[in-house]
Amino acid sequence: MRQYDTKYQTVIIGGGIAGMTAALQLYKFGIKSLIIEKEDKLGGHLIKWYKLFPGFVNADEVVSNVVSELIDKRMQVITGAEVTSIDSIYDNYIIRTSSGHSFEAESVLLAHGFKTFDPTKKEEYGYGLYSNVKTSVEIENILKEHSNITIPKRVGLIHCVGSRDEKAGNLHCSKLCCVSAVKQSIELKERFPDAEIICFYIDLRMFDNGFEELYMEAQIEHGIKFIRGRLSECSQNIDGSLVLKVQDTLTGLPMNVNVDWLILMVGKEAAKLPKFDKSIDVKLAPNKFVAPENIFYNPNQTSQPGIFCGGTVSGPKTIHESAADAKAAAMSIIDYLNRK
Amino acid sequence: MSGFGFNISKSSTIEYKPEDFQLANIIEENEPTSRLCISCGSCSATCTGSEFAKLRMHYIHLYVKRNLTDKIREELQNCMFCGKCQLVCPRGVNNRNIIRLLWENI
Repeated sequence: MRQYDTKYQTVIIGGGIAGMTAALQLYKFGIKSLIIEKEDKLGGHLIKWYKLFPGFVNADEVVSNVVSELIDKRMQVITGAEVTSIDSIYDNYIIRTSSGHSFEAESVLLAHGFKTFDPTKKEEYGYGLYSNVKTSVEIENILKEHSNITIPKRVGLIHCVGSRDEKAGNLHCSKLCCVSAVKQSIELKERFPDAEIICFYIDLRMFDNGFEELYMEAQIEHGIKFIRGRLSECSQNIDGSLVLKVQDTLTGLPMNVNVDWLILMVGKEAAKLPKFDKSIDVKLAPNKFVAPENIFYNPNQTSQPGIFCGGTVSGPKTIHESAADAKAAAMSIIDYLNRK
Repeated sequence: MSGFGFNISKSSTIEYKPEDFQLANIIEENEPTSRLCISCGSCSATCTGSEFAKLRMHYIHLYVKRNLTDKIREELQNCMFCGKCQLVCPRGVNNRNIIRLLWENI
């Protein structure tokens, strides 16, 4: 077993873009930190993505840049270890991992991110029943792997799968599925130029710089079609293609659309929190994401002093928002440690 | 069935088949900005004709994409070609050219 120090100023839970960015920021201010990542590789969800909106930068490139900086700075990282419990001892914390380690830390940064919605819960969409129903995560893989697959003539993308849906248990908007769908539509059109790509949306929330421009580019340059209406149900034809039953809410008429592939834009859900002892009180928002102590004045401090949140732990965020939030969290930690 | 006092009306379901896109393709090829419509309704709200007759530019866009030609004709006959719809369009759709192309192709 590799040996680690047992005492740190900050232990960061999660080695995704937020955790890594926070560690680098803390390093710049001389704070000794440790990253605990449950997977064998650093990078979190980002290592599964192909390209990033809005500039189509390779996700691998972003991860490898940050990881190489971590290696360069000889930062302490433990991978393949899940945090099993966090206990408070005086005003410090004891963090135990599945690999049998235990660490003492003056502060803890929760940066363990999110999980994607399980689309089998929306049975009517046919995920897991029909092989041509795929998730947005699987499509990233298909685009990344350049694998040999039968070329689809028509692809439908369903927005808001598991988001803004009380019946799926999530009232919140996952924020980036809209722009991801537009990005994936363009990528699919470039990979399969003869295919017809159709997005089924309820709203298109193009909230950030370059997103609306990307949407316009998808419409005018790539001829991506946008139909306003949520999928009611999907069924399979004898040849394996799929029939979508949707309401075209703009004309007010029902619509049947045949597609070869159906892509479900799965939303973001709160990831499981580590097990805290009874004296630790980390409050959650109604959507199960971590609730900051004060969203305006102290957005990275949880309701428990010394435990901070960075990245998508406190709600859906894009990659650059996650990185910015993690840097802000690092600054809150520095402030806390200085006053301690 | 009608002998029993029942009437069956034609299904209003849009089948959205590629062979129905001929008109939409002509419009899109000749005026690519037609793809940019987001159905905000600015054009219809500003239209002088729409106050007195059935004329809603954003519906015309939709009907072209869904190949509902009868409905397009119904709306098109009320247009006075003033171009106010084009002035207000937030996405720069060349509505006048689209109306002209529809007159030629429908």
